Amino acid sequence: MSRTVADLKLGESGYISGFASDDNVLKLLEMGCLPGSEVKLKFNAPFKGPIYISVAGNEMAIRRGVAKNILLLPKE
Amino acid sequence: MNIKKVKIALAGNPNTGKTSLFNALTGMNQRVGNYPGITVDKKIGFFQLNDETKVELIDLPGTYSLNPGSLDEEVVLKVLTDDSKDDYPEILIFVADATNLKRNLYFYSQLSDLGIPTILALNMVDLVEKKGIHIDVDLLSKELDTPVVFLNARKGVGIDELKAAITNLKPKKKSCSIDLHKIAPKFLPNIKKAINEDRDYIAWVKAVQKNIPQFIDPKEKENILNTISSLNINVERLKIKETIARYQYVNHILKKVIDHDANEDQTITGKIDKIATHKVMGYVIFFFIMIFLFQAIYSWASIPMDFIDSSFSSFAVYLSNALPEGPLNSLISEGIIPGIGGIVIFIPQIAILFAFISIMEDTGYMSRVVFIMDKLMRKFGMSGKSIVPLMSGMACAVPAIMSTRTISDWKERIITILVTPFITCAARLPVYSIIIAIIIPNETVFGFFNIQGLVLMGMYLLGFLSALLSAAIANKFLKIKASGSFIIEMPSYKIPYYKNIGLDIIEKTKAFIFDAGKIILTLSIVLWVLASYGPNDNVKNASNIVKLEKPELSGVKLNNEIASYKLENSYIGHFGHFIEPAIRPLGYDWKIGIALISSLAAREVFVSTMATIYSVGSSNDSDGLTIIKRMQGEINPNTGKKVYTFAVGWSLLIFYAFAMQCMSTIAIVKRETNSWKWTIVQTVFMTGVAYISSFIVYQILK
Repeated sequence: MSRTVADLKLGESGYISGFASDDNVLKLLEMGCLPGSEVKLKFNAPFKGPIYISVAGNEMAIRRGVAKNILLLPKE
Repeated sequence: MNIKKVKIALAGNPNTGKTSLFNALTGMNQRVGNYPGITVDKKIGFFQLNDETKVELIDLPGTYSLNPGSLDEEVVLKVLTDDSKDDYPEILIFVADATNLKRNLYFYSQLSDLGIPTILALNMVDLVEKKGIHIDVDLLSKELDTPVVFLNARKGVGIDELKAAITNLKPKKKSCSIDLHKIAPKFLPNIKKAINEDRDYIAWVKAVQKNIPQFIDPKEKENILNTISSLNINVERLKIKETIARYQYVNHILKKVIDHDANEDQTITGKIDKIATHKVMGYVIFFFIMIFLFQAIYSWASIPMDFIDSSFSSFAVYLSNALPEGPLNSLISEGIIPGIGGIVIFIPQIAILFAFISIMEDTGYMSRVVFIMDKLMRKFGMSGKSIVPLMSGMACAVPAIMSTRTISDWKERIITILVTPFITCAARLPVYSIIIAIIIPNETVFGFFNIQGLVLMGMYLLGFLSALLSAAIANKFLKIKASGSFIIEMPSYKIPYYKNIGLDIIEKTKAFIFDAGKIILTLSIVLWVLASYGPNDNVKNASNIVKLEKPELSGVKLNNEIASYKLENSYIGHFGHFIEPAIRPLGYDWKIGIALISSLAAREVFVSTMATIYSVGSSNDSDGLTIIKRMQGEINPNTGKKVYTFAVGWSLLIFYAFAMQCMSTIAIVKRETNSWKWTIVQTVFMTGVAYISSFIVYQILK
C-alpha cells in the first residue's frame, strides 16, 4: 500500500503524488493540495483527531480520513 | 450635477480580509438584505467614490471556488452569472491574500472568466514583506490584463489607490484563462446549445455542478441534465480537470512575478500554534476562555439588563397613566411595551457573547478550537465546527442555529441543529433564578460555595450534557451517511480589527432582534389578547366581582386581585384549567399551566405571568422578592399543603431545561432544515424528554 499524508510523522514532509479516490479531491485541490506539492505535518490534534498540515504555504487542518486519501511519492 | 451610481461586488477566499475592506470602505453605512429566493444574508454598503459617483457595494460570502458546497457559496455563483438580475455587479473587486497568491489567483481566474471587469486587490501586503516575498505588481497586472492594487485593509493603506483604480477601470476584452474546449471538446458546445448561452465559462459553471443550483430555471436544468446523461459525462472529473488546468495557468504566471526568499516557518503563527493546539495547554486555554465568557455573560451583562428592565417598566407605567383608559392603553402598556422589553433585555448578553465569538474568529483562534475539539465532537456525531453554534446557544438558539451553516457535512449539521436548543439560553436564566430562589436555601457550603449558585451552575451543566447525550442518540439512530469531509483553513493570527468586531456584533444582534424578536412580539400580543378577554362576562365585570367578594381590599392590593381574577377567567386561564389534568402528574396546577402556555413566546415570560397570577402586580412594583415570597407561601386549596415544594420546583427546573417552548427556535429550525419532519421530531423529542423527566423527578421527590 502506498504512503499517504496520514502516515506522516510530526514535522515530516512528503510530496503529493495523487489521490486514492475522488472523495473530497476537488475541495483539496481548491485549497492548494496539488500533486507535486510539498506537504508537512505540523501538529496532531490529540486522540487521533485531525491533523494540521502545511501544503505549499497553505496551512490547513484535515481529518485523518481525508488525509488517507492523499497519496505521497515514495521516499527516496 | 448628476450623481452616478455604480454597483460593485467584493469577492475572494475566506480569511483574506474581504470583510475588513468592506468595513473600511463603508463603515456604518451598511445593511443586511436578502437575495431573492435564497435565505442568505446579503451585506450591502455604500460609499462615495468621488464627487460624481456613489458606489453600492455587495460583500459576497467568502469561498474558495465557484463550486458551491453550501447555500452561502451558491449566492456567489448566482450573483455573478445572472446579468438579468438587479444584483449583477458592473465591477468586481477580488480581494486576495498576498501571502497566498497561488490559491487566491486560482479562484480569481474563475471569476475573471465570467467577463465582469475586475480589479485585483492584494491584501495583507505587510505580511508579504515579512515573509520575504517580492511581487512584481506591474508584470502581474500585465499578465492578468487587470489593474492590481496593494492593500492593508485593516490599516486603511491603499484605499485611495483602490478608488482611483475603480474610477479608471476600462472594460477588458480577454478570453478565458484556460482552454475549456480542450478539457471538454464535446460537452461544452452541447451545453452552450442546450441552454442557449454563448459565453463559454458561464455555460460551464452552470452545468458542471454536482447539484444544479436552485436558482437555475427548471427547463434549463432539465436540458443540462439531459446533455450530461446523453454524453455520459462525470462532471466531478471535469471540475478536477478544470482546477488542475487553472493551477497550471496560475503557476505559469507566478513563476514570472514572484520572487521568494527561503524560510518562513518561524512565524508568530507557528509559535502561537505550538501552545494553542497543544494536547494539554490547548484545552486549558480554551477552558479559561469559556470561564471568562461565562463570567462576562453573568456579571457584566446584569448591569445593562437591570437598567433596561427598569426603563421599560417605568415607560409602561408612564404610558398607562398618560394614555386614555381603555383596551388600546392596556394593549400598549401591558402587551406591546413589555413584549419589546422582553426582547431588548437579552441584547447585553447576546452582544457580549457575540463579541467573544467575533474576536475568537477575527484573530484566527476559533479555527484552532475547531481543530482541537473535532475528535471529541465527532464522538457525538458533530463536528469541531459545532463549537460555535453550541457557544452561541448560551445566548439564544436562533442565531446559534443559523451559524451551523458552516458545517459542510449534513449529518453533523442536522445533529448540531437538533441539540443546540438544549444549551441553557439567556431566556431560561430568569426562570431558573426565581425557582431556585424559592426552593433552594440561600446558604453557603464548604465555606464559600453558595448553594443557589451551585444549582444554577448545575443547570448549565445539565443543558450541556443533555445536548451531548441527545447528539449521541441522534448519531446512533439517524440513517444519514456522513461524508466525513473536514478540510478547514488555518489562517494566520491577526490582531482583531475593531471595525470587524463592532460591525459583526451589530449585525448578529440585529439578526436576533428581527428574527426572534418579531415572533416574540407577535406572540406577546396574542397572549395579551388571550389574557385580557374571556369566554364569558367574568373578565369584563372582574372589578365588581372582586369588590363584592373581598370588600376589605383597596388600592394596589385591590387592583392586583382584580388582575389575578381577570387572568383566571380569561381564555388563557381556561387553557390553564384545560391542560391541568395533563400536567398534574408533574406536580403543576392550572396556574403553572398558564405560565407554561405563556412561555411559548419566550421562556422568561414565566416570571411576569407568575407575578400577575399571584397578584403581586405587573413587573413595575414587584422587586422579585415579592413574587418569590408570594410563591413560597402559596397553599394548594385541595391538599392544604404548599404548592412550590422542593419536588415541584425541581420538576419545573427540569421541564424548562428540556422542553422546546420557544416558537422562534421552532421557526428557525424549520427554515434552516427546510423540513417539517426535523422540526417536529425535535419539538416532540425535547418536550417528551421534559415531560418524562419532570414526571420522574416529581414522583421521586414528592
